[in-house]
Amino acid sequence: MAILSVSGLAISFGSNHVLKSVNFELNETEVLGVIGPNGAGKTVMLNILTGLLKPTAGSIVYMGADITGKSLYDRGRMGFGRTFQIPRPFEKLTAYENVMVGGIFGDGLSEKAAGSKASEILELIGLYPKAGVFAGKLGLLDRKRLEIGVALASNPKILLFDEVAGGLTESEVVEILNIVLKLKADGVSFIWIEHVLKTMLEGTDRVMCLAQGRDVVCGLPAEVLASKEVSEVYLGADEDE
Amino acid sequence: MYIIIQSVITGILLGGLYAVIGVGMSLVFGIMRLTNIAHGDLMILASYFTMLFAMEIVGNVFLALLITIVLMLILSFLIQTFLVNRVIDKGPEPSLLVMFGVSIIIRNALILIFGANNRTIPNPLSTTNILNSPNISISGGYLVNFIVGVAVVLVLMFIIQKTYFGMSIRATASNRMGAELLGVNTKRIFAYTLCLAVATASIAGLLIGQTFVFYPSTGPQYLITAFGVVVIGGMGSLGGTLVGGILLGLVQLLSAHFFGTGWQTIAGYVFMLVILTIRPQGIFAKARR
Ligand SMILES: Nc1ncnc2c1ncn2[C@@H]1O[C@H](COP(=O)(O)OP(=O)(O)O)[C@@H](O)[C@H]1O
Ligand SMILES: [Mg+2]
Repeated sequence: MAILSVSGLAISFGSNHVLKSVNFELNETEVLGVIGPNGAGKTVMLNILTGLLKPTAGSIVYMGADITGKSLYDRGRMGFGRTFQIPRPFEKLTAYENVMVGGIFGDGLSEKAAGSKASEILELIGLYPKAGVFAGKLGLLDRKRLEIGVALASNPKILLFDEVAGGLTESEVVEILNIVLKLKADGVSFIWIEHVLKTMLEGTDRVMCLAQGRDVVCGLPAEVLASKEVSEVYLGADEDE
Repeated sequence: MYIIIQSVITGILLGGLYAVIGVGMSLVFGIMRLTNIAHGDLMILASYFTMLFAMEIVGNVFLALLITIVLMLILSFLIQTFLVNRVIDKGPEPSLLVMFGVSIIIRNALILIFGANNRTIPNPLSTTNILNSPNISISGGYLVNFIVGVAVVLVLMFIIQKTYFGMSIRATASNRMGAELLGVNTKRIFAYTLCLAVATASIAGLLIGQTFVFYPSTGPQYLITAFGVVVIGGMGSLGGTLVGGILLGLVQLLSAHFFGTGWQTIAGYVFMLVILTIRPQGIFAKARR
């Protein structure tokens, strides 16, 4: 069953028609990978899905309800969580406090419950030894992990990842893949933007390619990556550079 | 020699008062990136309220301060919710202009209601000297100002650094969109932030009112003091306001000693400009982001 269905999603910045018509469905506990050349509008799409940007056309239906006009705050409360392409944890808070914010505000937990959940999550994302370190002082991998941890603490139903694997080594990516698999088993659905194609093959159930403002092709990862559409898109992008 | 020691002691004590004058402005800037131009006027408004309640209605300074703080909290919540929050997403300038408007309204309302005369809040301690030797004297009023000022800054730091409420305020300041998506009502947090800042300004208002005379247009004078404290100590750094306040107090009193009292104010601001030139982020501010 679809937890999220997006139809005719479009957005323009002046004469820059970044998204023209994007259509897809995300099923429950599915990991949907999103690929596409630089500047295709993948981050913009995520920003629209979380309510950071308003689309110029199209609709977003989440668990049967149209949420196109809902605010960031409302969507957070409804179960949306996300990470940013450039990680933006709360720098003036320690790793532990970061996760606490997710638990207290995102999941409405009491301070005590949020505290024990925060410890659990820090353990899961491998940041327990650095619980007391200010997020602004963490390295890239730790910041990425922490962003996942904060989103997790808010008890999301749907997690949106914007290039979490970018800049990480292969073994670090494997750690993140393991977290995703565990969460998927717990009932979380994912939209996962990524450039690293190997991650897409291993970590996703389906892959969608975004180019020229449209969902060019969508299907099983191996098929999509081998498709004529995707090779055209990436060849086209290469010629531009 | 004793005169220099006397200047240093008085400068430090005055610095504690300066710290509580500046700390609310530093908080608002650190959390909302808003330069609260109405900070001084809100402080003087609190001086008038406290004077009115203490002298006309309840007859007790502490009770008067308590009522004043409650009124000022309500007022600042309304200002933030219905004025500043309406424009805060449109960049820093509109909020600045809104606060400029608030400042003008407060000043003119005070003239209408209380007239332009000098006022003061009676203070039994202002004429008592705690220490009164032939060479050095310590004014009871200044000592109380210092102790209360330092205590207010420390309590505020505790609230921001150690409580869950403070944690949500720091989260909002770090990444507003991220906090919003996690279910933090960031505009409400901004309102609470202004409330905290104005509570400190209300206490500063009482101390100022008991120490100096004030009139409806005194606000900007204390806005400039607050500005000096915050620039020297570091915009947004609460602990920095203690250092900034004490340094400003020392520079003023020592320059008065060496060059004459006429130099006191100018020297304070020359010092502020020097700090701005060699360390624009202030003495205490860590490099931000
Ligand atoms: N807030 C914005 N205002 C104007 N243009 C934007 C904005 N956000 C993104 N864009 C433009 O949208 C296009 C797609 O960007 P983005 O979604 O970041 O691409 P990517 O697929 O690499 O994530 C780019 O041309 C970018 O300049
Ligand atoms: Mg992107």
